[in-house]
Amino acid sequence: MAEAILQLTDLRKNFGALKATDGVSLDLRAGEIHALIGPNGAGKSTLIHQISGSLTPDGGSIRFLGQDMAGLDMAVRARRGLGRSFQISSLAPEFTALRNVMLAVQARQGSSFRFFRSVGSDKSLTDPAMAMLARVGLENRASVPAAELSHGERRQLEVAIALALGPKAFLLDEPMAGLGPDGSKKLTGFLDALRHEAPILLVEHDMDAVFALADRISVLVYGRVIATGTVDEIRANPEVRRAYLGDTA
Amino acid sequence: MAALSRETIANGVLALLLLVVPLLAAASGETFYITLATRIVILALAALGLNIALGLGGLVSFGHAAFFGLGGYVAGILATHAFNGEALLFGLPATTSMPVIWLVAVLLCGLVALPIGAISLRTSGVYFIMITLAFAQMIYYFAVSWPDYGGEDGLSLYVRNTFPGVNTAQPLPYFLICLAVLAAAACLFWLLRGSRFGAALEAARQNTTRLSAVGIAPFRIKLVAFVISAMVTGLAGALFADLNRFVSPSMLSWQMSGELIVLIILGGKGRLFGPIAGAMVYVLFEYALGGITERWQFFLGLVLLGVVLFARGGLLGLVAGRARHG
Repeated sequence: MAEAILQLTDLRKNFGALKATDGVSLDLRAGEIHALIGPNGAGKSTLIHQISGSLTPDGGSIRFLGQDMAGLDMAVRARRGLGRSFQISSLAPEFTALRNVMLAVQARQGSSFRFFRSVGSDKSLTDPAMAMLARVGLENRASVPAAELSHGERRQLEVAIALALGPKAFLLDEPMAGLGPDGSKKLTGFLDALRHEAPILLVEHDMDAVFALADRISVLVYGRVIATGTVDEIRANPEVRRAYLGDTA
Repeated sequence: MAALSRETIANGVLALLLLVVPLLAAASGETFYITLATRIVILALAALGLNIALGLGGLVSFGHAAFFGLGGYVAGILATHAFNGEALLFGLPATTSMPVIWLVAVLLCGLVALPIGAISLRTSGVYFIMITLAFAQMIYYFAVSWPDYGGEDGLSLYVRNTFPGVNTAQPLPYFLICLAVLAAAACLFWLLRGSRFGAALEAARQNTTRLSAVGIAPFRIKLVAFVISAMVTGLAGALFADLNRFVSPSMLSWQMSGELIVLIILGGKGRLFGPIAGAMVYVLFEYALGGITERWQFFLGLVLLGVVLFARGGLLGLVAGRARHG
């Protein structure tokens, strides 16, 4: 069995009386897509926020590449190699698509405390950024401000930015959300190949995509993982069918 | 770029006006207009400093008068000591040399801005506005209650400070010194905006989460911007003290902080020439309407209202269209 890149152990987070994350343990191994599914309000986003560092867990541990991530903020985690996309697109709206990706390239290269050289003419930023846009099929939209991109294009841009970070693991929070069938299909093909670059923890509502992509699936209900297994195991699991998929699925 | 953008042309026209009008005034002996132009240049410099924090970083500092006033007091205090032949603290020699005064003003403002920024930047939005205001008010009341340097009455400079090889007592040479400083600061602003630091800073304004998610800590970026911003505004303060040969706590007041924000909003925030356009309109209003009515700021208010409602990009935005980030 491949070693775990990301390991959550007994993670807990309460909002008042609500147990949003209730003793979650799961891992992400090299080369896999691990899908996290669950009904609305199951605590998927809360979990992603704790992994990426925007929420502090009340208990339990998150280990990434063998190191405890407790107390590290989002920026440090990103620099360590955790590339995330957001459920609701989170871009710099006034920047063009290219400059959004260039920001990630710049961050990956290290210091942002360079005050004089112009970024516009800096090939070490523009070339890799353009290459990432091309990978997600946005190269023709490079000079369009993010605010003017279509919803689907913004989702693609999110992925391009995550790619540009050259991460050791991807956290993708509903990358298919709001995409049409064509878009979903294209992105599914894309993610399928991406797992060999870095493993993906995928939160997704699109079941076709999840069943097509996932090596393993964890089902989250009321903050607890009620089952983890392969696609077939999850499909066959009666508890999952009852709680989530519905008996007809 | 093949064709010049409309903003570049507008900027060129403003720069030309700023240089040519005082020269014409000098040629015709109308020194008052040179002083007016110098006032425009210095206020533009102060606002340009604030524009680094506010325009690029989205940090609405309502306390930049603190740095403007500190710069002014540095010029006033050093000059007063030098004039009276007294040493400063720890026996350091005082001076009337502008370059030295500028250096001291810039360094002091940077040093003061560092803790103010470090504390204020833990907040955002309205709280940031209020906490920067609070710090500025602390410095204001300190100046008011410190009798050694005039307290509430302020401090007069007997003669304008000196600059090697230039007769600063003449209006035109002093104007040209100020203009050169403004030009240098504008270059700095332009370079900063186009750099990696500028990219990170502008991203921090638009979306701090995005900046964190790519691995850049927004706090440090904003703090450095705040400090640089304070230094530029402080330099303007030193020049302002020399222009008026007078420093008083009013330079530190919250009205002054507000005025700087108004200049930026009026001209166009985040734009290279925004503060310059804003300062021109502001000073010309003050001059043209101030002679007719004491209530000239009422009319300025109307213009500001119009800009905020109908021209979010400021007056420059009205001329040049929306800012684009290549």
